[in-house]
Amino acid sequence: MRILSYPVLLCLLVLASPLAFASATDRPLDSHDADVFDKASLRRGAETYVTYCQSCHGLKLMRYSRMARDLGMGDAVLQGMLRGVAKPSDSMLSAMTASDGEHWFGVAPPDLSLVARARGADWIYSYLRGFYMDDSRPNGVNNFYYPDVAMPHVMSGLQGNLRPVMHKVNGVDVIDHLERATQGHVKEAEFDTIVTDLVNFLVYVGEPSQLERLKLGKWVMLIMILLVILFRRLKDEYWKDVH
Amino acid sequence: MMRNCGNKLMAWVDERLPVTQFVREHLTRYYAPKNFNVLYFFGSLALLVLVNQILTGVFLAMNYKPDAATAFDSVEYIMRDVNWGWLLRYLHSTGASAFFIVIYLHMFRALFYGSYKNPRELLWLFGMVLFVLLMAEAFMGYLLPWGQMSYWGAQVIISLFSAVPVIGDDLATWIRGDFVVADATLNRFFSLHVVAVPLLIVGIVVLHVMALHHVGSNNPDGIDIKKKKDEKGIPLDGIPFHPYYTVKDLYGVAVFLLIFFWAIFYAPEMGGMFLEPPNFEPANAMKTPDHIAPVWYFTPFYSILRAVPSKSWGVVAMGGSLVVLFILPWLDRSSVRSVRYRGAYYRNALWVFVLCFIGLGYLGMRPATPVATLMARVLALGYFCFFVLMPLYTRLDRDRTPPERLTEAVIPLEQREGRGWDFVRWAIDRGQASPLYTRIMGHYNVLLEQVRAYYFKAKKP
Repeated sequence: MRILSYPVLLCLLVLASPLAFASATDRPLDSHDADVFDKASLRRGAETYVTYCQSCHGLKLMRYSRMARDLGMGDAVLQGMLRGVAKPSDSMLSAMTASDGEHWFGVAPPDLSLVARARGADWIYSYLRGFYMDDSRPNGVNNFYYPDVAMPHVMSGLQGNLRPVMHKVNGVDVIDHLERATQGHVKEAEFDTIVTDLVNFLVYVGEPSQLERLKLGKWVMLIMILLVILFRRLKDEYWKDVH
Repeated sequence: MMRNCGNKLMAWVDERLPVTQFVREHLTRYYAPKNFNVLYFFGSLALLVLVNQILTGVFLAMNYKPDAATAFDSVEYIMRDVNWGWLLRYLHSTGASAFFIVIYLHMFRALFYGSYKNPRELLWLFGMVLFVLLMAEAFMGYLLPWGQMSYWGAQVIISLFSAVPVIGDDLATWIRGDFVVADATLNRFFSLHVVAVPLLIVGIVVLHVMALHHVGSNNPDGIDIKKKKDEKGIPLDGIPFHPYYTVKDLYGVAVFLLIFFWAIFYAPEMGGMFLEPPNFEPANAMKTPDHIAPVWYFTPFYSILRAVPSKSWGVVAMGGSLVVLFILPWLDRSSVRSVRYRGAYYRNALWVFVLCFIGLGYLGMRPATPVATLMARVLALGYFCFFVLMPLYTRLDRDRTPPERLTEAVIPLEQREGRGWDFVRWAIDRGQASPLYTRIMGHYNVLLEQVRAYYFKAKKP
C-alpha cells in the first residue's frame, strides 16, 4: 500500500471534508429554474408583484420605464401600473413608509430589488409556498422556510391555507411537511405558476442587465474562439524556426 | 520617403531619449529561454489583469460614491443606469479573482522551477511585496460596495490589529477612523484603493520587471542560458522576447480572455465565490450575518488564523504564513533550481504544500465546526512544515545534475518517472484498450471520413 503516500492521504482528507459539514438545520429548498427570457412570464410576474407585493415592498432600484421596455409591456399596462401617481422614469417604490411598516408589522418590509441575488430564486420560490396556519403568531400564519417571519400570507386568497404535519424527532415535535387545509381561488398547479412567474420577475429585477449580458455572451465567446485559433496559428508561424 | 522620415524622427528622439535602446534591451534583444511552457504565461497575464483593473477602475470611480449612505446604491446605479456599467463592474470584480488565480499560479511556477533562488532573490522579494500589496488592495476594494459581507469582513479583519499588544485597540480605531467600520473607514479605504496602493503596485511592478531583465528569466530546466553563448554573445538557447514571446503571449492572452469572458458573461457571481450573496444586502451594523467568510482568495490565510485557539497567536500564525514566503530563498539549501532535477524530498514536500494550501482555502470558506478546525490545524501544520523543515530536507535531498543545455518545455509522458506516472500510463493504456474507446474512435473515424469525402467532392468542379 505504498501508493497511499502522504499526498494521496491528504487528497482523500480534502475530498472527504464536505461530508463533515452536512448541516442539519437548513431546510432543503424546492428548486426553481428561473427563465428570464420568458417575457410573458416576466410580464405576468410584474402584474402579480404590483398587485400583491408592492403595497409593502418597494423595488427602489427598478424604474417603471426600464421594466416596460425590457419586458415589452404595452403603454396601457404601464399606465395602469403607474396608477396616475408615478412617472414612467420613477423607481417602483412602495406606498408604505418604513416607519408605518415598523409600526404595523414590527419590522419595516425590506426592499426587494436584490432579494433574488441575496437569497436566490429557490429560496423565494420555497418561501412563497411555505406559509402555514399557526395560531401562536400575530397574523395566524408562520413560514416553514423563515420561522416566525412578520409577513402575513398575502396570497392566501389564491393559494388557500396549509397546515403542518408534525413528526417526532428525539421527542420534540418537528414539522415534517405541509398539507392542504382549505382551497383557494386557483388550483394548486395554477398557484405554482403564479409563484414561478413572480420569482422569474424578481430574478430579472435583481439584475436587469442580464438580458443583455446573456445575449451578448455567445458572440463574445465566438469571437474569442476565433482569436484563439488565429493567435495560435500566428504563434506557430513565428516559431517555425525555433528548434 | 516615409521610411526615411521615420528614421530621422527616431534618430532625433533617440538623441534626447533612448527609446530604441530601451526597446532593444527589454524586447528585441532581451533573450529569453526558448523552452517556456504554459506556467510562464502568468507573468504577462498578471500585467494584463493589472491594466484591466486600472482601466475599469477609472470608469467605475467616475460613477461610484464613497459615502456610507449612498455607496451601495451607487454600485447598483452603475449596474443599471450607467451605459455598459454592468460590464465595467463585472470586469473589475471578476478581474480581482482572476488576479489572484493568475498570481497564485505565477508563484507556484516560481516554487516549481526554483525561480526564487540565487540570483533572483530580490526579484522574489519584490514579487512578495506585490502579493501583500495586492491583498491590501483587494481587501480595501471589497469594502467599497458596502454590502453586508463588505462591512462585516472589514470589521473582522481590522479587529485583528487589536491583537497587537498594548497599542492594539488604539491602532484598530486609528485604522477605522471610528470605533466601528463606518463612513470614515469607507472614505479612507476608497482613497487608498484608488490612489495610494495602485501607485505602489505599479512602481514595484517596474522594479520587479527591471530585476527580472537584469538577471534574465529562469526556465523549466532551472539552468543559466547565459553560460553557453555563440560568437556574437547571444545565448545559444535564448530567443528574442519580441517577436517570439510577444506573439506567444498574445495567444496566452486570447485563451485567458476566453475563460475570463466566459466567467463575466455566464457566471459573474461564480456560484457565490466571486460575488457573495450576502453582499447584495446593504451593510447593516445592527445585523451580523450568520457566517462571515472572506472572499475565496483570502481563505487559506483565514483558515490558518482560525486554526489557532488564541486570537493573538492566530494573528501571529497568519502573519507568519506570509513572512515565511519572504525568507524562502534563504531556507532552500539546494543548489538545483528546477523540480525536474531535484530529489524526492522537495518534490513530495511541494505537492503536500500545494494540497495543504488548497485544503486550507476550502476549509476557510466553511463554518468552523470541530472537525473542520481539526483538519485546518493538520493542514496549517503541513503548510509551516514545508518552510520550517526546508533547510533540513533540501540539504539531505539527492538532487540530480541538471543538463548543460535546455530540454523540452514539457517532458513527454513516456519519459516521466515515478509510480504516479506509471499509473497514468497504465490508466491511459487501459482506457484505449476498452471497447467504449474503440467504439467512440470508430464513430469518430467514420465521421471524419464523411467530412473528408464531402469536402473533396465539393472541391471538384
